[in-house]
Amino acid sequence: MINKIVKTAAEAMAGIRDGSVVLLGGFGSIGLPYALVDGLLEQGAKDLTVVANNAGIGRIGLARLFDANRVRKIICSYPRTADPIAFLEAYRAGRVELEVMPQGTMAERMRAAGAGIPAFYTPTSVGTKLAEGKEEREFGGRKYVLEEALYGDVALVEAWEADRWGNLTYRSSARNFNPVMAMAAKLTVAQAQHIVELGALDPEQVPTPGIFVDRVLHVPYGEPTVT
Amino acid sequence: MNVNVSANVLTACRPWSRVDIAAHAARDIPEGYYVNLGIGIPVLVADHIPADREVIIHSENGVLGMGPAPAPDKINRWLINAGKQYVTLVPGGCYMHHADSFAVIRGGHLDLCVLGAFQVAENGDLANWATSASDSTPAVGGAMDLAAGAKAIWVLMEHTTKSGESRLKHRCTYPLTAPGVVKRVYTNLAVLDVTDDGFVVREMAPGLTLEALQDVTEARLRIAN
Repeated sequence: MINKIVKTAAEAMAGIRDGSVVLLGGFGSIGLPYALVDGLLEQGAKDLTVVANNAGIGRIGLARLFDANRVRKIICSYPRTADPIAFLEAYRAGRVELEVMPQGTMAERMRAAGAGIPAFYTPTSVGTKLAEGKEEREFGGRKYVLEEALYGDVALVEAWEADRWGNLTYRSSARNFNPVMAMAAKLTVAQAQHIVELGALDPEQVPTPGIFVDRVLHVPYGEPTVT
Repeated sequence: MNVNVSANVLTACRPWSRVDIAAHAARDIPEGYYVNLGIGIPVLVADHIPADREVIIHSENGVLGMGPAPAPDKINRWLINAGKQYVTLVPGGCYMHHADSFAVIRGGHLDLCVLGAFQVAENGDLANWATSASDSTPAVGGAMDLAAGAKAIWVLMEHTTKSGESRLKHRCTYPLTAPGVVKRVYTNLAVLDVTDDGFVVREMAPGLTLEALQDVTEARLRIAN
């Protein structure tokens, strides 16, 4: 019997190695799997490259990984959230490297990774300093830059519902990067508010089919309190 | 530009407020448009679209059919906009993941994107993500995708910086978000089109003359015929 549901955060994080590329779902705090991030901190993996839209808030979640000096590099589109204090401290102290990437390029690079596409051309960033050093090519009279797929060793995602096959649904705008990241990593771990019986999810409404998911942790925490 | 000239212009006329700027843009958005609104003054546009005009608002974090802020007792804590504020979904609205949301943006499906900016040049160059080449933590977000992908880009911004420097430039001095994309600019002093011949003034704040406007504007201005 296939059962991807694990009982503890320690089980969910088992085997994550130092130096891993960690894809972390969420936009701001919405859809960010805080319990899994806390689990990763406990687990102890270090020298991580984290791919996330933002660079953490206050002293919670991703910020705790910066404070504990576990992150070597962050790849994100928007490091300036309301309170990126932990990131800024680590960055200014030279403890973490920053790569800023257009948000859509970040999403598509991970989608490409999940879809078996090694690289693609995009019009985004043409004529800007973020395109410097990148291969450029013209199609139909317009310029495009080459971007490569962005693969994760691990994806940490937040779902609304999950079943034991790893099928996932999401809540409102908490979907964001989660389905894309779930496709793009060797090991995808989801935290879910609700665990449902196999067959309970409407098969017409499953944004992330279980084939993309390896482990599910039940984390019924209620509602997010920060954005 | 020097501060005194700017101050004189501002006392000689009645500059528009941030809300006015947003209302002007809202007035000009046609029925049936799919529109993305950026952070800052642009998000105010949603509040000023006439009730009898159906305009569908997209938010980069995967919301199509975004509605206004919720009543305090009706907040869905899973539903935010690009500025990470709570919003609502209108009937017919839907959610999508980030790759689809940026397919909407990059794929040319949006009729219009309304953005804030640091600078706009007379050739339509847009600078709205970093304030210097040495900015150590620039935050690009979805700006470059929006600038490259939407069918039209309008910019809403203050005409000058706090120190009185023109944000309408001959050429941008800040790093570009995208070259040659801005079609129209709404400021607290004027509404301008970006044409092959540079900025053309469509409208000015009450009491303002073209001469006074030119005094606080680095780029050369022409008046609409």
